[in-house]
Amino acid sequence: MPAGVVTGAPLVAIRGLRVAFDGQPALRGIDLDVAPGEAVGLVGESGCGKSVTWLAALGLLPARAAIAGQVRLGETELLGAPATTLEKVRGGRVAMIFQDPASSLNPVHRIGRQITEALALHRGITGGAARSEARRLLDQVGIPDAGRRLDAYPHELSGGQNQRVMIAIALAGRPELLVADEPTTALDVTIQAQILALLQQLRRETGMALVLISHDLGVVAETCERVCVMYAGRIVEEAPTARLFAAPAHPYTRGLLGALPPMDGPRRRLSAIPGGVPEPWAMPPGCAFAPRCPHRIGPCDGAVPSDAMLATGHRAACIRATVAPLLAEAAE
Amino acid sequence: MREAAPLLRAEGLVRRYAMRRGAFGRSVEVRAVAGVSLTVERGRTLGLVGESGCGKSTTGRLVLGMEAPDAGSVAFEGKPLPSPGSAAWRAQRARMQMVFQDPLGALDRRLPVGAQIAEPLEIHGIGGKAERAARVEALLGAVGLRADQAMRYPHELSGGQRQRAVLARALATEPALLVCDEPISALDVSIQAQVMNLLVDLQAQFGMGVLFVSHDLRAVRQVSHRVAVMYLGQIVEEGEPDAVLHDPAHPYSRALVSAIPHPGRAGQRMVLQGDPPNPADRPSGCAFHPRCPVASALCAREAPVLKPRPDGRLVACHVAQGEAAPGQGILAKAA
Repeated sequence: MPAGVVTGAPLVAIRGLRVAFDGQPALRGIDLDVAPGEAVGLVGESGCGKSVTWLAALGLLPARAAIAGQVRLGETELLGAPATTLEKVRGGRVAMIFQDPASSLNPVHRIGRQITEALALHRGITGGAARSEARRLLDQVGIPDAGRRLDAYPHELSGGQNQRVMIAIALAGRPELLVADEPTTALDVTIQAQILALLQQLRRETGMALVLISHDLGVVAETCERVCVMYAGRIVEEAPTARLFAAPAHPYTRGLLGALPPMDGPRRRLSAIPGGVPEPWAMPPGCAFAPRCPHRIGPCDGAVPSDAMLATGHRAACIRATVAPLLAEAAE
Repeated sequence: MREAAPLLRAEGLVRRYAMRRGAFGRSVEVRAVAGVSLTVERGRTLGLVGESGCGKSTTGRLVLGMEAPDAGSVAFEGKPLPSPGSAAWRAQRARMQMVFQDPLGALDRRLPVGAQIAEPLEIHGIGGKAERAARVEALLGAVGLRADQAMRYPHELSGGQRQRAVLARALATEPALLVCDEPISALDVSIQAQVMNLLVDLQAQFGMGVLFVSHDLRAVRQVSHRVAVMYLGQIVEEGEPDAVLHDPAHPYSRALVSAIPHPGRAGQRMVLQGDPPNPADRPSGCAFHPRCPVASALCAREAPVLKPRPDGRLVACHVAQGEAAPGQGILAKAA
């Protein structure tokens, strides 16, 4: 069960979501709630399933993916829903932006046309009304001289501006949830700071919920109220952001935090996590992190650990999580 | 006397490219590197940090002689670099090696990594067959790979293992200088930490000087003894990593430091307006002045020179050097 302190009905409720490609598991049981208006971060290294979770939820995976579980958006079940339902949801109630804005935009169409296309599709606005709404959206995402930029092609804009255009297209359907998949990874740090500030501002203005998928704990920490850490197709820890950084319970989370070079204090050796992520075809029988874990004991290899509730909104899938304070001391 | 010379000294490097806009556009001159001087000491690491297009990678290629500068000079161990492509340069290259961002692209997919690690030894005619085999095994051990992994092909290794293999190959000829261009950017966080630890260990063991080119200030602090911040083809600040990171003097360094995402610090950062300017359309005066929050009229007129402050920090900024009072910033013309 998700540990989130979601009161009232969640906007999105994911239960037992499993995905396999050609018989090899990519997601191994995801439970996650997103409340209206909240910002949730999904963190993990490449291949952990953080993107697949949302591609599966929105019906964007290829047919060879075997999907099981439940994804409810309000009252609507999305898994196995007819194409017409999904088409309404995507870009409408749920919008998604990706890492590389240049490849998400159509290079041969002016950006104004790409925004008005979304407006016509999701809000039925056309003609002059659509153009003035597109202009307002470009204004809202902070593109200077919006009126003139409507007639620009993607290659005439910088990477940061193209990501702003993508966000404008996402906003065109007035989404209740924006899923941003590594939205700043391809951008320079000073531009990343601009885009993160913009996402915060838009959330305040529109009240939409935000799911931020990132490999960067720092990015997620600044933007989200709640963080889920993923490893090998499962959520291994979920906590309110401040608590995750103050009292990380799962050894993988602690490893990720220790691997980040500090900005001050003496230079110490980074506590690199040894080894690498297990391949999907060689998944350990018990805890997937056990082979790399400094606190591994016999039972870790016995079965996939279930969630231990540690505090309100804080869960960790580790059989030793309840002795986490002891482990943290041992690590000092 | 020769010992007194630094391992690597680059003086006033300039590299221009001609760029054509559109099929019929006039060719425009782009200065990717616009007067860079730097020093790498033996056994020390200089971190070169900046955003894309600032010229940090080009600088790395220039100091290795992989490209010829349009102006300026490079001296390696006190002697000028032989002209690129000459026999003397090729011999010299055994002493200076490069590590790139993408280990898969840097390795030959059709050769086992052991053979690739032995290749520089063959090219430079070092040792006999048995000696080479022993050296490859020692190198694999030094970078934390098992001896049997010599027979693996690049695709059979993980990203972190590939970068270890690339490092082993770069170290085969016992170089005195290693230029690493974003060596960890393509790797996952936990693997980045492994490679940074390894780089520090290898430097302690082999004593090579390192030019560490990166956009990641955290990584640069972790491995460097000095750091130079680049903006639009020039070094704008240089000093001890902790001094630059904790008390950046140049407004651009300040923005860069403040842009590092940080758990628990939200909403109080200095967000720079606008995009980095196009190197083909270089602003007058200080290249940073259109985005600078404290630019004054002098900054738009006159380019500041990189020179030491009383505390020894090198800064190229009129305001930080006290030559101009902090202004309110000068708004760039609407793009």
